[in-house]
Amino acid sequence: MKLDFEHRQSAHCENGVSANLLKYYGIDVNEPLVFGIGAGLFFSYLPFIKVNHAPGSAFRTMPGLVFKRAAKNLGIQIFRKKYRSAEKAMRDLDKSLEQGLPVGLQVGVFHLTYFPDPYRFHFNAHNLVVYGKEGDEYLISDPVMETTTRLTRAEMKRVRFAKGIFSPKGQMYHPVNVPDSFDLKTAVRKGIKRTAKDMTKIPIPFFGVKGIRFLAKDIRKWQKKHGDKKAALYLAAVVRMQEEIGTGGAGFRFLYAAFLQEAAKILQIDELNELSTQMTQVGDLWREFALAASRIYKDRSKDPKGYDSAADLLVEIAAREEKIFTRLLKLV
Amino acid sequence: MKKENIPQDDAKLLEGKTRDLCYAVDENGNYTTGLSTGWDPKNAALQHSLDYFNERAEKVLEKVRAGKQSLLAYQMERRYMDVSLMADYMELTKRTVKRHMRPKYFDALDEETVARYAEILRIDPEELKKLPE
Repeated sequence: MKLDFEHRQSAHCENGVSANLLKYYGIDVNEPLVFGIGAGLFFSYLPFIKVNHAPGSAFRTMPGLVFKRAAKNLGIQIFRKKYRSAEKAMRDLDKSLEQGLPVGLQVGVFHLTYFPDPYRFHFNAHNLVVYGKEGDEYLISDPVMETTTRLTRAEMKRVRFAKGIFSPKGQMYHPVNVPDSFDLKTAVRKGIKRTAKDMTKIPIPFFGVKGIRFLAKDIRKWQKKHGDKKAALYLAAVVRMQEEIGTGGAGFRFLYAAFLQEAAKILQIDELNELSTQMTQVGDLWREFALAASRIYKDRSKDPKGYDSAADLLVEIAAREEKIFTRLLKLV
Repeated sequence: MKKENIPQDDAKLLEGKTRDLCYAVDENGNYTTGLSTGWDPKNAALQHSLDYFNERAEKVLEKVRAGKQSLLAYQMERRYMDVSLMADYMELTKRTVKRHMRPKYFDALDEETVARYAEILRIDPEELKKLPE
């Protein structure tokens, strides 16, 4: 059994699952729109949380939030369920498919057989759509993959019940009660407002542009405090988060710039095009940062100036992003 | 970033299984997408982390050779797994897993338990029992 589901590759898994599921229900939104309406862009730097032995940083909101917010801002109800029993989770999946519902699943990538091996870390917030079943195999639309893929029942069970941080617990979701009409303008405004606020107004130093400045400050100290080896590992970890599969490049900044162009058309505010251009330039700066950082971890450069020039770029980025989001907040 | 500048630095990290979708502007400044096989600073960042873990695993292997730790400890390090994550997968206590990371207890394990460990580590049971060259 195979549902008539269109696989569209996207930069990020959750955007892709959201956009493709909504399209199936007749709401034609593309990845940048879902990302913007779902207020996916963010920055956080959490030095006290270690991920793979390096301080945690993120260029987007918490897993699950994009779809939740996008649906909310568009007035769509979603069904979402976690499971204790793996058997029940698999039965419910089969039932949904029999009813003709493609569903989104949260999975871990460590056991995801079709994924490139070097990327199979213990990352549990990956998303995919199941759109059918043939014999023992599920038909998968994984939005970061160029083509559709398959998983056996045993493989599927394993990825749905991966362990560790953000363990998916079989999580399954799909839209219900999709309205005939929806207010795209309001949804876009709400999405922009949320992102602009989160990037500029959270009064703790770990988030938004404050978080970028905090990271810059720490980077200047890493070499002295932790030694060459750890400092290089920490920098590599930031760049990985920024450029990993699923960001669309430059830590989602290009994706957000694409959204601002869409928003300019929908809201008919020409200045959003100008802000999109500025956001693209910030994205280019993020890439310069990655390049500067890579000189340290790639060439094993021990010159302390390298850390400073990487940090200087972040200070510049924070200033520019603050300007863009402050302006956005006034515009919508 | 301009579309023609979408990097194509293939370091085989994607193993030819897919390419990465990137957002970039076309000649008129409009956003579009293109596929990338990789970008050098990004490839190097991932490779750097992988090397870091391999180095840690090599150190554990030395301890295995010296009879201080079991092969389970080595294979866990290779798969970036700590005690609590493995305990979670195996549905055992952390204390039990820690014990199995010592040769004395590991050598006494029954085949079924070894097979379960191997499956979680994505290797053959024989590999878990044999010292690598």
